[in-house]
Amino acid sequence: MKVEQRSRLTEWLVTAPSFAWLAVLFVAPTLIVFAITFKPPDPYGGLGPGWTLGTLRSLADPNYPAIIWRTLWLSVLNTAFCILLSVPTGYHIARAPLRVRQMILLLVIVPFWTSFLIRIFAWKILLHPDGLLKQALVHLHLVQPNALLLYNARAVLLVMVYTYLPFAILPIYAAAEKFDFTLIEAARDLGAHQLRAFFSVFIPGIRRGLMTAILVVFIPSLGSYVIPDIVGGPSSQMIGNKIAQRTFVDRNLPHASGLSAFLTLAVLVPLAGALFLQGKRAKPTDIVLEDA
Amino acid sequence: MTDFLVFEDVSKHFGAIRAVDHVSLAIRKGEFFSLLGPSGCGKTTLLRILAGFEHPDTGRVLLDGQDISDLPPNERKVNTIFQSYALFPHLTVWQNIAFGPQVAGHPRAEIAEEVEKMLKLIQMTDQAHKKPAQLSGGQKQRVAIARALINKPQVLLLDEPLAALDLKLRQRMLIELDLIHDEVGITFLYVTHDQGEAMSLSDRIAVMDRGRVEQMGTPAEIYEAPRSSFVAAFIGDTNFFEGKVAQLVDENYSRLEIDGFPDVVCFNDKQISVGNPVYLSVRPEKIRISRDRPLEDNLHNVMSARVEDVIYLGSSTKYWVRAQEYRIAVYQQHSRFLLDERPIRWKDGVWVSWHADDAYMLERYSESDENLVQTPPEQVGEKNGTAGEASASPTARKLR
Repeated sequence: MKVEQRSRLTEWLVTAPSFAWLAVLFVAPTLIVFAITFKPPDPYGGLGPGWTLGTLRSLADPNYPAIIWRTLWLSVLNTAFCILLSVPTGYHIARAPLRVRQMILLLVIVPFWTSFLIRIFAWKILLHPDGLLKQALVHLHLVQPNALLLYNARAVLLVMVYTYLPFAILPIYAAAEKFDFTLIEAARDLGAHQLRAFFSVFIPGIRRGLMTAILVVFIPSLGSYVIPDIVGGPSSQMIGNKIAQRTFVDRNLPHASGLSAFLTLAVLVPLAGALFLQGKRAKPTDIVLEDA
Repeated sequence: MTDFLVFEDVSKHFGAIRAVDHVSLAIRKGEFFSLLGPSGCGKTTLLRILAGFEHPDTGRVLLDGQDISDLPPNERKVNTIFQSYALFPHLTVWQNIAFGPQVAGHPRAEIAEEVEKMLKLIQMTDQAHKKPAQLSGGQKQRVAIARALINKPQVLLLDEPLAALDLKLRQRMLIELDLIHDEVGITFLYVTHDQGEAMSLSDRIAVMDRGRVEQMGTPAEIYEAPRSSFVAAFIGDTNFFEGKVAQLVDENYSRLEIDGFPDVVCFNDKQISVGNPVYLSVRPEKIRISRDRPLEDNLHNVMSARVEDVIYLGSSTKYWVRAQEYRIAVYQQHSRFLLDERPIRWKDGVWVSWHADDAYMLERYSESDENLVQTPPEQVGEKNGTAGEASASPTARKLR
């Protein structure tokens, strides 16, 4: 039908700009990165002629599994800590009176007004052997005077949790704010104690926000580069640092591309799998029959 | 029968607001008991105190002889039907109903059996695997009832359970609730602002206002013998006359002095003494209206009046008549026998009368007594100076 054709055309025209945007700025660069992996490097930091599998072979370097493993567990731990902290936080913000709620949300957002780099450097100063936090902890006999708080994986994790926490709190709060807290009362009324009500009613109630929070924290964590670079040491390097090193120090673009491609696939494949499973589970909803 | 559920001097304040103000109530086992009152009268707070969601500031709650005031909600043998139903959206109908027994740790086979039984009771066996979002309002309501009843509560609390349904469905659910109550035989505590629901379902009603119980009794007692002007005005329609007791005629009757009506006789069961200011309340259906002056005797009060409005309501006709400074509502049933009489029309001069036993005196003590008396604005009856009744009967103007 003509009308249908026209509406199809309109639909296509409306979505075309975003498709073009994604194609030019996301799909194409990703494919280029994938392609560069198969080019030989030249000594001046550019790309040589022809195609090679040499880069792929060199990715089998025995250093990499350790770094990839560290990247993975730091990201998983970071996500876990962020979720563990932000679920109770989101719950309590959503239950607080409106004015308190706005205050806390403001406090969550305020750090974004300061540059990310400056906040990381601030942590470096706090954790420094002569830093305020270190001195205070020594004073309280919580750490040994000669303990090193900086330049290790724990420092990286601490600063990562600090950095990504707001990104977990906000989606979880948004979901909790829409949550109907009568449901918790209903669960309590039906015999559930507080924790049971929390886990069997509240957590499923905010699962979308929870999923968003996990993705929003986990995926950027994998690509972390600045945090391990500034507060981490040689023993706490992540894959992001290696990519940067290959790009800026070694000037070996194919090698950097190979690592980037690996990281991209490591994120995309599980995500696509999850989306596929979710799509399979969601069935079309039945029509609601009003009783006459 | 002994008292099963007892509220003993229960109070609850929210800041400066007294939501519940020293309420004492005793409810019997198996009874269908209603808390009736306007919004903000404290009925829902009282229910939440019983469910365990609020802790009373004073007093205690006894269930089957045991003080439950300090028990958390999950340890009380009461279950609530929430106004919004509060069905768990991520669980199916089956899982919603099974929630209570699962939490209680019943064996699986037993849970399955009980859930099937409940599904049969609410006639939703074929909808067991739907999610709440796929159900209609009436079905959600029934699932909420099943989810509560499966725990075999000692008291079922219903917080305005029909408020979210449309009129037709409400009437049907009303019958279903009544049947379920008869079938399971447990105590129902029903909270509503709808006097119709309360009257038709309840064994007894407590009428609440501003955190206090104004009156407690059977629906008939509350309708026929309201103890305060608030109850009289809240339950059904009534006409109020303001006056004072002028003379005790004999043991049972008093003569009242009301502006413009020097000689009104009223049954005086409360033995209100001479000189006390009172309200006289006369239900519209107790007043007779006629074109001819009725025979007068000692116990009939007769007034002449002028018809200001005639509202045909189908089962009856509502007349607004003006007698002196008062606007009086009168309900008249239709009858074939009266057809030979000329129908009463707008602006007709008529006689209204009622028997002394059909009216009652109320002492004026309630703060909400102001504005009860319908005094007409100037020049009513010309066209539509009937603001008072517009809200009571929105169809009135259309039918005129």
